[in-house]
Amino acid sequence: MAKVLYNEPSPLETLVISRNFRKEGSETLDGYLANDGYKAFLKAKEMTPEAIIEEVKTSALRGRGGAGFPTGLKWSFVPRTSPKPKYIVINADESEPGTCKDRLLMEYDPHQLIEGIIIAGLAMDAHKGYLYIRGEYRFIIEHMNRAIEEAYKRGYLGKNICGTGFDFDLYTHSGAGAYECGEETALLDSLEGKRGIPRMKPPFPAVAGAWACPTLLNNVETFATIPAIIRDGGAAYAALGVPKSGGTRLLCISGHVNKPGVYEVPLGYPMMKAINDIAGGMRGGRKLKAVVPGGSSCPILRADECDVPMDYDSIAKIGSMMGSGGMVVLDETTDMVKFALRIMRFYAHESCGWCIPCREGTTWLRKILQRFDDGGGRKDDVRVLGEVSKNMLGRTFCALGDAAAMPTISIVEKFSEDFDKRLAMQGSGLVTING
Amino acid sequence: MTFSPQLEERFAKMLQAYPEGKKRSAVVPMLIYAQDETGAVTPELIEEVAKRCEVTPLQVDEVVGYYSMLHRKPQGKFHVQVCTSISCMLVGGTELYDQACKKLGVGHKQTTADGVFSLEEVECMGACSWAPCVEVNYDYHHNVSPEKFDALIDGLRKAQ
Repeated sequence: MAKVLYNEPSPLETLVISRNFRKEGSETLDGYLANDGYKAFLKAKEMTPEAIIEEVKTSALRGRGGAGFPTGLKWSFVPRTSPKPKYIVINADESEPGTCKDRLLMEYDPHQLIEGIIIAGLAMDAHKGYLYIRGEYRFIIEHMNRAIEEAYKRGYLGKNICGTGFDFDLYTHSGAGAYECGEETALLDSLEGKRGIPRMKPPFPAVAGAWACPTLLNNVETFATIPAIIRDGGAAYAALGVPKSGGTRLLCISGHVNKPGVYEVPLGYPMMKAINDIAGGMRGGRKLKAVVPGGSSCPILRADECDVPMDYDSIAKIGSMMGSGGMVVLDETTDMVKFALRIMRFYAHESCGWCIPCREGTTWLRKILQRFDDGGGRKDDVRVLGEVSKNMLGRTFCALGDAAAMPTISIVEKFSEDFDKRLAMQGSGLVTING
Repeated sequence: MTFSPQLEERFAKMLQAYPEGKKRSAVVPMLIYAQDETGAVTPELIEEVAKRCEVTPLQVDEVVGYYSMLHRKPQGKFHVQVCTSISCMLVGGTELYDQACKKLGVGHKQTTADGVFSLEEVECMGACSWAPCVEVNYDYHHNVSPEKFDALIDGLRKAQ
């Protein structure tokens, strides 16, 4: 019997990090070994740490968690010769609305992730790693614990890995429900047993991260990509994508399409092709209205902006972000007032409360949007929503404030007609005002 | 306080996982795993975790209010979490949550009188491409149609 995946794969995918997903036993160590597993680690062991980091730089891999920072550069910031212990921290707090890919990498190919982590350990001269997984993913925590145990038993973790003399210990660490803990410095506070509150930067985690020691912190997908880069070479990986956005990434397509799912595509893949050919086009033959390109934090794109290649720079050029790869597709029936409200309910709920512009801003934006949706909209609301959002931008320790403001600004600017329509309905007495 | 042998084993390992003198790191995972056995974060549990992690009870107490999965009151035997975040909302998550309220006769963060079910409208659970999503305790249910939801609840009711 063929393996049942969460969604049918597409023949248009380019399989690099998901190449084992479909194979029987891909989650076991033997399954991984049968597919060149842990060969990249042995190759990396023969390289100098500088050469490993150089290879990652050459790959043009950019962080897959959301910010898109060049991974090789981030790796080069960690002072590997520091006398302090160095730590590897893996962000598996996957909580950005629209994103559901890291769980697949852990579920279907846990050893690929472990191999990526120990290669990072080699490059950083780090010997301990912490895999911070969101609490809701308990089944994945147990799944990773099994994979880690298997790796220990067979000598791919622990002392003297594969006889190379290199030691590395890896532990899972459960979160307990907090979007904010996906932010790297809040994650570190959470890892230290505290409330997940962002830290002032600098110092960056590379210099003073977990327990004030140098720490390399990347997303699951970023680490899971490392074995392919070392195995096939950074240049080969980079060539799959476009300049400055190397390789492939997992795209999580959700919303009003016929075949929502997680698909691996090269960077620079045309957005409309992803919607129409990979995701089977719009549900019910309806018209495309908007796309959230990379998780709810990203400025929304109008349908007429979506004829764009999906790489970091092309999406940035049109004022949005590739983010976490969570692509949410909206058809013409979507009410943008409700959509903006739902996004803001999320951010108001998840704001950790540390920075006033974020805590108060998200709360007021939610209240205004709720009143508007309840039929109590005022002519001035669109302007106020935009203004409050703009006042939050750049005024908080972490990016959560921006993440709440950016989609709101883009929605009120690009879809003001949805707000006008509601106001007109109110004026005609079609709705009752209870706000 | 003692926990099941499996949990004690987990905690023993956990306290070894963090660097020397950094047992505080175990606070959040210890709370969430312990809560599964105790049913809620009780004052006794806070004391116990504080003792094991070598911190003050206040340092444990202050994280409880921060993390949405930690709760001071017991939930239902089956904690039904319905996601209504954007991807789920677009494909019926909101309606599914309304259906859950009716079916269970309770609202957000409420428990049925018999203590069997509790309900929570939750934020994104990371199942966006297979929406709408419902998580019961730690079990994910994907592509949940109204019929599938009813069958799920009826099944749980019979099974308990």
